[in-house]
Amino acid sequence: MSHLIIAPVVLPAVIGPLIILWMRHDLLLQRVFSTAATAALAGVALYLNLLAAGGEVQVYRLGNWAAPFGIVLMLDRLAALLLLLTALLALAVQLYAIGSGWDRKGRHFHALWQFQLMGICGAFLTGDAFNLFVFFEILLIASYGLMIHGGGEMRLRAGVQYIAYNLAGSTLFLAALGVLYAVTGTLNMADMAQRVAQMPAEDTALLRAGAVLLMLVFAIKAALVPLHFWLPSTYANAPGPVAALFAIMTKVGVYGIIRFFTLVFPQDAVTQSVVADLLLPAALFTLAIGQAGILGTRHLGRLAAFAAIGSVGTLMIAVAQFTPQGTSAAVYYLVHSTLAAGALFLIMDMIGARRGDLWLRSDRAMPDHGLIAALYFVAAIAIVGMPPFSGFIGKLLVMQASGTAPAMVWIWATILITSLVAIYAMSRAGSIVLWKGAALGPASTPAPPAAGGPKLEPDEPIQDLGDAPANWLAVASVMLLLSGIVALTAWAGPAMRLAEATAAQLHDPAAYVAAVLDGQEGTK
Amino acid sequence: MELLLSSAIGMLTAAGVYLILRRRSFAVVLGMTMLSYAINLFLFSTGRLVVNAPPVLREGAAAYTDPLPQALVLTAIVISFGMTAVVAMMALGAFIEGGDDRVDMPAADRLPGGSRSAKRISGDGDA
Repeated sequence: MSHLIIAPVVLPAVIGPLIILWMRHDLLLQRVFSTAATAALAGVALYLNLLAAGGEVQVYRLGNWAAPFGIVLMLDRLAALLLLLTALLALAVQLYAIGSGWDRKGRHFHALWQFQLMGICGAFLTGDAFNLFVFFEILLIASYGLMIHGGGEMRLRAGVQYIAYNLAGSTLFLAALGVLYAVTGTLNMADMAQRVAQMPAEDTALLRAGAVLLMLVFAIKAALVPLHFWLPSTYANAPGPVAALFAIMTKVGVYGIIRFFTLVFPQDAVTQSVVADLLLPAALFTLAIGQAGILGTRHLGRLAAFAAIGSVGTLMIAVAQFTPQGTSAAVYYLVHSTLAAGALFLIMDMIGARRGDLWLRSDRAMPDHGLIAALYFVAAIAIVGMPPFSGFIGKLLVMQASGTAPAMVWIWATILITSLVAIYAMSRAGSIVLWKGAALGPASTPAPPAAGGPKLEPDEPIQDLGDAPANWLAVASVMLLLSGIVALTAWAGPAMRLAEATAAQLHDPAAYVAAVLDGQEGTK
Repeated sequence: MELLLSSAIGMLTAAGVYLILRRRSFAVVLGMTMLSYAINLFLFSTGRLVVNAPPVLREGAAAYTDPLPQALVLTAIVISFGMTAVVAMMALGAFIEGGDDRVDMPAADRLPGGSRSAKRISGDGDA
């Protein structure tokens, strides 16, 4: 048993308070420590991937208590992969926040960032259902602080909506856990899986209600239609780097669905097909509404938010197949869509910083249009799923995985038609903002910072280019995210083999259960 | 006993759902509180209702009540209390910055040059 399994939770949990208590007045120190902690998190995540690559599910028993009485942390391939993805995304986006000066528009950015990472990593690692709720609350409460970073009327208003929606979701989560505990008498996920499997079929009405409640909770986090209403305003009004980090938060909901409905409620058992029957139409509507939203919106932040909703829709189509092939397609597409959505939010923020607003209109000059257009082009191709980037491969895999499904015609038609809509919408937005903006000439260059340093109006919706301390760093971090997409395309073969191994492990819940519950006399 | 508890949970939930569907953030915060009360009572009841029994299993004890839901309720109370404080502060911030305590987004969120004022819909008399 490696103690490093708990490091992704402990490391940010130590650095976060340290930043608040010890270096609250020194931004440079905060930046150094916070970035170093995130980089160390990436290193640990890489090691944990090597550890999980053996194919054995690793168990970390907190306080050495025997399961199911103590809380366990579980490390399998999926958890390790998502930890690495979280750490790399957070590192790139954090560099962007430093380079663009977003982190000094308000206080405690870096501390909240670390708490956010703690919550996300904990949610991926835990093997206890109630502990999952606690980590959800940690990541949510940090996200409330990050979402209103910088303040301003619209951001606070959107923040109230975001909190209200998620508080309602949290009460639903507790209700689901209460029902599951009342039926199974345990909260340990492996133990619950075992008891659910042994339950006589005529006694499972309450259990099915609990399973559907749980699915609703995760669907709220993943922003599945019709539970997506919190997302567009929240992401469009959040600071650019924060919205980019939130790209992994919708994936926490997807992770919850994958984990619970492969481990505790496998589709052939108690829940029959009730969950898949609900998930698939929801996923199709999510995809359709997300891509239609890209076309319909007049705000670039909302455009990126709807693109994120659409990518969750594609992802959930693959998940809702509940076959090893579907799950492996979902794992591949999950990595791709997180990187693509994160990059898109950062590019929108760069556009806002240069033109002064984020509305989709052609009467604003666009400085640096060549560079931004190149970045936007790559990100847009990736997110709509055109060749040559990994979005195309991902969509192909999703379609392949659903090729034998009964609803195959609906799935393929939705994916193909909405892809066309998204291509049109993204190219329209790009040509209005970048092409027509370029035609206006290099007028209205950003005003140089006033004599007393940068002006840093705290409640501005966007970050001025004149306030950016190291603009090259911001550009480089976006390129880092996009190079992740290129790498995922170039090494699609190895990535796909990893995804297939992950899916095979997920669809073998017996090994997971055995790792937790068997052979723990005198646990170590 | 069962009837009392379940009807209390039901009424609290109904009041909470009604309140969080209101347009003013004060009502929404109250509704959240009601909902979390209801859920706390519900969690408490998931270990079955046992009267006058200790929450530990001891030798010689004829009956005991499940201690785990009580621990869960404690955690849930702490978390929902903290979250209520956060949402109250945030609603206050939005009220001070925006001048009204509506929870829906003004038109300026969707349209360039849209209205930011409180009178978004004519004939709006929501109290």
